[in-house]
Amino acid sequence: MRVHLDAEKCQGHNRCYALAPELFDVDDYGQAMLIVEGDVPADLHDKARLAASNCPEYAITITENG
Amino acid sequence: MTDTANYSTRIDEATGNKVISIERSGETVDFIIGSSPDGTDLWQRVPYDADDYGPVADPRTDFDHADSAYNPNAPQVWKELREGGCPVAHTDRYGGMWVPITDETVTEIAYDTENFTSRSVVVGVGRPGDRALPAPIGGAPPITSDPPFHNMARRLLLPAFAPKVIEPWEPEIRRLCQKLLDEMGDITPGESVVDAAIQYAQNIPVNVIGRMLGFPEEDEALFRTFVHDVLERINEEPGTREGGDDLGVYIQQQIDDHRANPRDDLTSYLMNVELDGNKLEDPVVGGMVVLLLVAGIDTTWSAIGSSLWHLAQHPEDHQRLLDDPEVMTFALEEFLRAYAPVTMARLVAKDNDFHGCPMKKDDWVLLPFPAANRDPRKFEDPDTFIVDREENRHAAFGLGIHRCLGSNLARLELKVAIEEFIKRFPRFELAGDTRWSVGQIRGPRELSVRILEVAD
Repeated sequence: MRVHLDAEKCQGHNRCYALAPELFDVDDYGQAMLIVEGDVPADLHDKARLAASNCPEYAITITENG
Repeated sequence: MTDTANYSTRIDEATGNKVISIERSGETVDFIIGSSPDGTDLWQRVPYDADDYGPVADPRTDFDHADSAYNPNAPQVWKELREGGCPVAHTDRYGGMWVPITDETVTEIAYDTENFTSRSVVVGVGRPGDRALPAPIGGAPPITSDPPFHNMARRLLLPAFAPKVIEPWEPEIRRLCQKLLDEMGDITPGESVVDAAIQYAQNIPVNVIGRMLGFPEEDEALFRTFVHDVLERINEEPGTREGGDDLGVYIQQQIDDHRANPRDDLTSYLMNVELDGNKLEDPVVGGMVVLLLVAGIDTTWSAIGSSLWHLAQHPEDHQRLLDDPEVMTFALEEFLRAYAPVTMARLVAKDNDFHGCPMKKDDWVLLPFPAANRDPRKFEDPDTFIVDREENRHAAFGLGIHRCLGSNLARLELKVAIEEFIKRFPRFELAGDTRWSVGQIRGPRELSVRILEVAD
């Protein structure tokens, strides 16, 4: 599984950082940053899906491998 | 994030008005900053007299959010409009106003800053004229700003409200909530009735922002009175809210005190932040403080009040929060979805056809995010409060570039306020009629609850 964050769409709602701090951080302006590179560890798949499905701006997308 | 603009400011000697010249698409346009009485090109008096209209009979063609029956019944009004096949309502009130009700139409307008301007976000009898641009250096940036200036003004304030700056306030907010609960005095379970809006919810955001601004704790009651006077006066005619009010004088005293005794707080932050290489002038700092108060206080107060109103009637949700505190992660967002307090507004920037509606320049557009939050095309079973709803892309804090700047603070205040109230009072119920607000901010203004149990 891979997570993609569209920085242009992000408006700093802070939902992803609150739900999945293992995968997202926020900068000094409150904009989200992806902190995982490459494949998401299996134990974080649920959190990744949770973050994606709660972003009000649809800025997070998920690609499932294979 | 590529918003830039060339601009310069000057004082027009003839009128004393501050003028901002902005270069846009090779053309220089002068805008006048601030407000002035009717009859100028700064303010247009809207041809509307509420006395010409009676109560709303059909919200499809005569919608009025300021009708006293609207806020108490809003979810039913939205449902009937949607089910009646009316995604956008209209009224001739306020000189003409459109009201999108569905998630699709609300979202589309929130994202369309070309056809819809934020120059005025509160529907009233006055709207800015062609040469009024109250941003980015005027009284209320960035909420009343459009691109490209919006981003400049917003980036000044964002760092002060970023998640990691707000998080450390949690213990202080908790202490403030506990103090308000203590001040309720002796409670006899089953008998004592308290007003959860007036004695509790109302006081939390004003106390928190006063503390963040670094205003003296002993001035708390005084400051609260000034702020409530301002909130009460929001509905007055434009041009009559001249300076010299008690709050303005008080804020200037605090700015002077911060200049004499610099310290690390939000007032100092605003005094030191730079726009275009210059520090902000005192009246602008004061204006931003007023904006933070007006935008942050009755909104958060409403969210806290509505959440407690819900819990007073749903002991099962209350119990779940007590038994399983972790569920607050989801419950908090569900309170915000189901009881979103804030409806914003836009003005139509240029004539356009919106889903078949012939919108004309300067028509008002109400932007009811709370209605979008109850659209069944986006949310399963939207009129049911589901305490552990996991998928919840609600729009309580708006969508697009104007996402509520204070959302991290509002969320923290709401969470702590609910937690402390239910911890102190594990059971309570409604004790009489609830009085709801009137206008764009929806929430209980009087909320009597009978306390049934007090924690040891």
